[in-house]
Amino acid sequence: MTAPADRPVDWPKVRLHVVTGKGGTGKSTVAAALALALAGSGRNVLLCEVEGRQGIARMFDVDPLPYEERRITKGAPDEDGRAGQVHALHIDAESALLEYLSMYYKLGRAGKALDRFGVIDFATTIAPGVRDVLLTGKVYEAVQRPRGNRNREQVTYDAVVLDAPPTGRICQFLGVNSELAGLAKVGPIKSQADKVMELLRSPRTAVHLVTILEEMPVQETSDGIAELRAAGLPVGGIVVNLVRPQALSTGALAQVRNDAVDPTAITSDLARARVDVDAALVESLVAEARDHAVRRHLEDEQRALVAAEGLPTYELPRIAGGIDHGALVELAQLLRTQGMA
Amino acid sequence: MKVTPPVLDIDALLDDRTTEIIVCCGSGGVGKTTTSAALALRAAERGRKVVVLTIDPARRLAQSMGIEQLDNTPRPVPGVGAGAGGSLDAMMLDMKRTFDEVVESQASPEKARQILENPFYVALSSSFAGTQEYMAMEKLGQLHRQALDDGSHDLIVVDTPPSRSALDFLDAPERLSSFLDGRFIRLLLAPARGPARLMTAGFSVVTNALTKILGAQVLRDMQTFVAAFDTLFGGFRQRADQTFALLQADGTAFVVVAAPEPDALREAAYFVDRLTDDEMPLAGLVVNRVSPAARTDLSAEAAITAADRLRSGDSSSLTAGLLQLHADRVRIVEREQHLCERFAASHPQVPTAFVPALAEDVHDLDGLRTIGEGLADQDGVRR
Repeated sequence: MTAPADRPVDWPKVRLHVVTGKGGTGKSTVAAALALALAGSGRNVLLCEVEGRQGIARMFDVDPLPYEERRITKGAPDEDGRAGQVHALHIDAESALLEYLSMYYKLGRAGKALDRFGVIDFATTIAPGVRDVLLTGKVYEAVQRPRGNRNREQVTYDAVVLDAPPTGRICQFLGVNSELAGLAKVGPIKSQADKVMELLRSPRTAVHLVTILEEMPVQETSDGIAELRAAGLPVGGIVVNLVRPQALSTGALAQVRNDAVDPTAITSDLARARVDVDAALVESLVAEARDHAVRRHLEDEQRALVAAEGLPTYELPRIAGGIDHGALVELAQLLRTQGMA
Repeated sequence: MKVTPPVLDIDALLDDRTTEIIVCCGSGGVGKTTTSAALALRAAERGRKVVVLTIDPARRLAQSMGIEQLDNTPRPVPGVGAGAGGSLDAMMLDMKRTFDEVVESQASPEKARQILENPFYVALSSSFAGTQEYMAMEKLGQLHRQALDDGSHDLIVVDTPPSRSALDFLDAPERLSSFLDGRFIRLLLAPARGPARLMTAGFSVVTNALTKILGAQVLRDMQTFVAAFDTLFGGFRQRADQTFALLQADGTAFVVVAAPEPDALREAAYFVDRLTDDEMPLAGLVVNRVSPAARTDLSAEAAITAADRLRSGDSSSLTAGLLQLHADRVRIVEREQHLCERFAASHPQVPTAFVPALAEDVHDLDGLRTIGEGLADQDGVRR
């Protein structure tokens, strides 16, 4: 399934796609699929992770990522079979701080002294918010990198996808620069924090929320949207992940729920399909379908709540065999056909 | 070969009067809060005097437990069966208030006011990452001391914050105390302590660099804060050490919570290894949200082949739909089983309990009771 090359997409102006979601909803999977989907022919996409999990390396089955941008795979192929490149970056606060210091301050000997006095350790583990500022600062640098840079060694990106902290902490994580800017009323760190906030609040950024069709994640998504709006951060779309298979039509679901399935018809169908059939098998299959119908009904209730948010919404299926590279490409194609990328 | 882990006997754990603290930990989204509440309720209805400290319960669950208000004080949960002589109190952690209370209890009113008004303190105590972990541990220590003093509770069940990594919570007390001993703090305190004993070359390089990066005003705020906090450090350090010791004590039991997903089980494995390394008492693993087993042993492949045959004649065949659903269910169950067996193979000594996925979220005590029964009754569960 491939989408036509000139189809309209929902986020043409967005350079930074922030992907958040409650734990267990598969936000890292969605971030990776989105990066593959955005990496159309001739495009470079950077996928960043900030939580120290090496999830990208595991998903794409490559060696653990260093603090260094690395090409990891091709994007999802378009209808001509062509694709762009996906790069990945694992951002850790210690490396980001040292890079930041050497980039902006030419500290030299002082850099070492800072380390010796435990300042690096303090700044990245204990000092309030500094870790988050460094992480978002590095993402900012990758997004803002001038295209057509003379520095040939540095790739410039058409889009950056950030696998961000979960919904419960996303506003704090993205808003931490404004907290810091509030603390530091003047000085270089304030102007840096201001610049990062300007990008994060601009139409070049979109914060997408991943959910599953269960009550708590949907509630948390709704709360997250309200919080993002209150913080002046641009809300993107909702990705509904791990959707159960739609193997039964609405009519069939109702039939199953109302116990209106005809066992004789099923028995003869199964015999026709050369299955060794008995009454117990038919009963079991119908009972399993009933379990499924109950869940589908609950999913539909949650789906209506998601729709009520009035945001662009995308659905991705639950893949029974688990997530590997092939599954990610499949999910990326589904995001494309739905216009997310 | 199939690896079957030993069974985690929840009721034995809850009934053991020497169990004073149960800490539920694990990655986000695995049902930690529900598991802690279910354990606490079951213990109370089996005769323990329980308090459960939750971090971020779902709204409807919080309401049904009577803790929708964040007032940092344990409140009795209505509707708990008291037949066995037990009771259940619950509270939701207010990290800022917990922090404020520590400051107020340790400093003179004048000094406390100075600290509470410092912008650095306000930011540190209300919105920045990491504080929640410190405060959860602080509150645990408080509750435990109080329980020892007045006998109000004989079991504390703690839910842990949804950290960046599951380990943040374990590291919080240790990190706090090593920070308080650090050279950096002495550096910040140096001006307040007068004579520049530390005025080595390295030192001025560092302060200059900090001024350059942060601006002089932030550094001044930090110095004022650290100086005001100076007198409290001893107290904080002592408390952090006590909490760490408390976590290692025999009366503590860690329950690692996971879901049958690769990430959740990987975090659980980290946690189990870490607890073992730190000699923390591990009670076992709870695997939530286990998919229900298939009701017939028709294989996924056979079901798919048959569904394809039927679809070639009738693309909307209901029977084909039923077969496809069955295949999907079988594959998911097989995958979950494989993941759990892999965990058990690398951690064969960890007692485990499986809890089947419920169709709906848990909103009330009845739901928690169902979970509690599922935890305790491992006979009918697929292993």
